[in-house]
Amino acid sequence: MAEIQIKGVAKSFGAFTALHSVDMTISDREFMVLLGASGCGKTTLLRIIAGLETPTKGEVWIGGRRVDHLPPKERGIAMVFQNYAVFPHLTVFENIAFGLRMQKMPQAEVQRRVHRCAELMHIEQLLKRYSGQLSGGQRQRVAVARALAMEPEVILMDEPLSNLDALLRLEMRSELKGVLAESKTTAIYVTHDQVEAMSLADRISVMNGGHIVQSADPVEVYRNPAARFVAGFIGNPPMNFLPAEKVGSGRYRVAGTDVAGPDTDTRIDYAIRPEDLTLAEPGQGLAATIRVVEPLGAHTLVTCDVDGASFRAVIDSDSRVNPGDRLSLAPMADRVRWFDKETGLSVQ
Amino acid sequence: MPRYLPYLLLLPATVFLIIFFLYPFTQVAIESVTSNGEWSLANFQKATSHWKFGEAFKNTMLLAALVVPIQLVMSLTMATVVQKLQKGRSAILYIFAIPLGISDLAAGLIWLSIFEQSGFLNSMLVGLGLIEQPILYLSYQSPWIILFAIVLAEVWRATAIMMVIIVAGLGLIPREYGEAAEVFGATRWQRFYKVTLPMLRPSLQTALILRVILAFEVFAVVIALGGTQMPVLMSETFNWQFNLQDRGVAAAYAMVILAVSVLFTLIILRALHVPKEART
Ligand SMILES: Nc1ncnc2c1ncn2[C@@H]1O[C@H](COP(=O)(O)OP(=O)(O)OP(=O)(O)O)[C@@H](O)[C@H]1O
Ligand SMILES: [Mg+2]
Repeated sequence: MAEIQIKGVAKSFGAFTALHSVDMTISDREFMVLLGASGCGKTTLLRIIAGLETPTKGEVWIGGRRVDHLPPKERGIAMVFQNYAVFPHLTVFENIAFGLRMQKMPQAEVQRRVHRCAELMHIEQLLKRYSGQLSGGQRQRVAVARALAMEPEVILMDEPLSNLDALLRLEMRSELKGVLAESKTTAIYVTHDQVEAMSLADRISVMNGGHIVQSADPVEVYRNPAARFVAGFIGNPPMNFLPAEKVGSGRYRVAGTDVAGPDTDTRIDYAIRPEDLTLAEPGQGLAATIRVVEPLGAHTLVTCDVDGASFRAVIDSDSRVNPGDRLSLAPMADRVRWFDKETGLSVQ
Repeated sequence: MPRYLPYLLLLPATVFLIIFFLYPFTQVAIESVTSNGEWSLANFQKATSHWKFGEAFKNTMLLAALVVPIQLVMSLTMATVVQKLQKGRSAILYIFAIPLGISDLAAGLIWLSIFEQSGFLNSMLVGLGLIEQPILYLSYQSPWIILFAIVLAEVWRATAIMMVIIVAGLGLIPREYGEAAEVFGATRWQRFYKVTLPMLRPSLQTALILRVILAFEVFAVVIALGGTQMPVLMSETFNWQFNLQDRGVAAAYAMVILAVSVLFTLIILRALHVPKEART
């Protein structure tokens, strides 16, 4: 049983605040993905959970035990470091075995675990090499294997697959998910890659500037972003935004069309995902002028001008469109979202 | 860039070394294996058959064997402590480095002024009423105290040189390795022993070679504290050159010191060798 609870954790480096009071609970065996732009505090949060950094405020609990005063080795965690930290003076085998040796595990069991994890990460043929003889991606897999070999209750992974090519990453990703599910490990996984986040996560926590902006399952984060930041960060291409002008109670004027919206007095923006638009008869929907056409195979991405703003739509690749064409884009009504202009928060 | 440019740039330094080092060195080397204008090992026979040679050799080795390990442990400990400091690191480094700026003869004299019969140690003990009479520490009747005083003075004088090298070496080890070891369950001691020490090998090599060679050349501190009570290889070289006026035997002694230094350098290089693939 290893539930992780983070209660009001804040971290300042001198005058700079890297984390502002983070609250988060990761249930036992959950696969939590931390997603956020560079510098938003993901590594800092992992290091606090690992015990490599002391929080300025707040508490960390693992498996019902308060751990923020305990050294890393007493927290029952293993970690994959963002910069690998594969020991240069040890072979790949001894690197993977490092944690097991510290526990004075019998040699046979060490052998078994090292070979199993190396196989999983496709690095069995590298076991005798030193890290100086490995590529970045191989080193990264050694770092992952070293953490897996511990068979920990909690595994913290800081962008563990960032250096692999697309194909290998895809493969490792599913292997990793399989192994961790099987071993009943609670995992926190940091990534920049939203596709990776969506495909791995039981739950995604989106961070921005030292805050957790939203923590929800992948589909929820995608469909109902809690804030404009999340809407823009998740989804490729990102969500479209258009200014909305209030014309009556719960009525808005968006790019020359009348739309029903939330009944509120705050100034809000209209938002719709590019794939939630369909081509409509002229006069129904948003009037758009195509600027760029990018065929993507199954779909075609068009970038248009709508009411002077840049606006993207994903349409069927059979629709023959050219730059300069005028389109009418009809949004699926239940997919329209609204965000407060000032706070950026979602408005229902 | 022309291919010969690097060699051209190294030329002045090379010429300087040849004239002022290689030439006199060869002279001494030749001198040690010639007597009366003929090739012979007579100088070495004369040197080694003298009763003081064995004594000098034994004392030199004993001093090195005592001083270097003590300094190694102390400098590693001090460097680790200094490395951890948040503030005042350079100030502490400067303070530790002060003895480095003092010549070995001056260092010997400083410790002599502590240990001699009318020295600080006796005045302090008498002042505190712990002893009635000043004690004669550095006498031929108590060679162990002389040895102790010399070891103390040497440790005091030359630990900092090792420490400075090790501090620099520690600074080169990225922090993440220690952190990884910590996360994977290494205790403080295991972290030091399994991660820091192996990664420190290149600096340890430098520090040890430097220190061991200096230990075989120990001279002024021994003379200041032990006088003629404790012959060492270097003092015997001096003795043959200036008191006994036999340059050939002095040259033979110099060659012995050289041979011992080279031998130990090779041993240290070998023992602390880092295979190319295991370097960072
Ligand atoms: N030791 C430190 N001293 C001062 N500032 C720090 C320190 N460590 C991190 N920071 C700052 O804290 C912020 C968060 O850093 P962190 O490493 O957690 O970012 P990250 O989300 O992991 O970014 P990336 O995705 O680029 O790895 C950054 O602005 C960084 O500059
Ligand atoms: Mg990071």
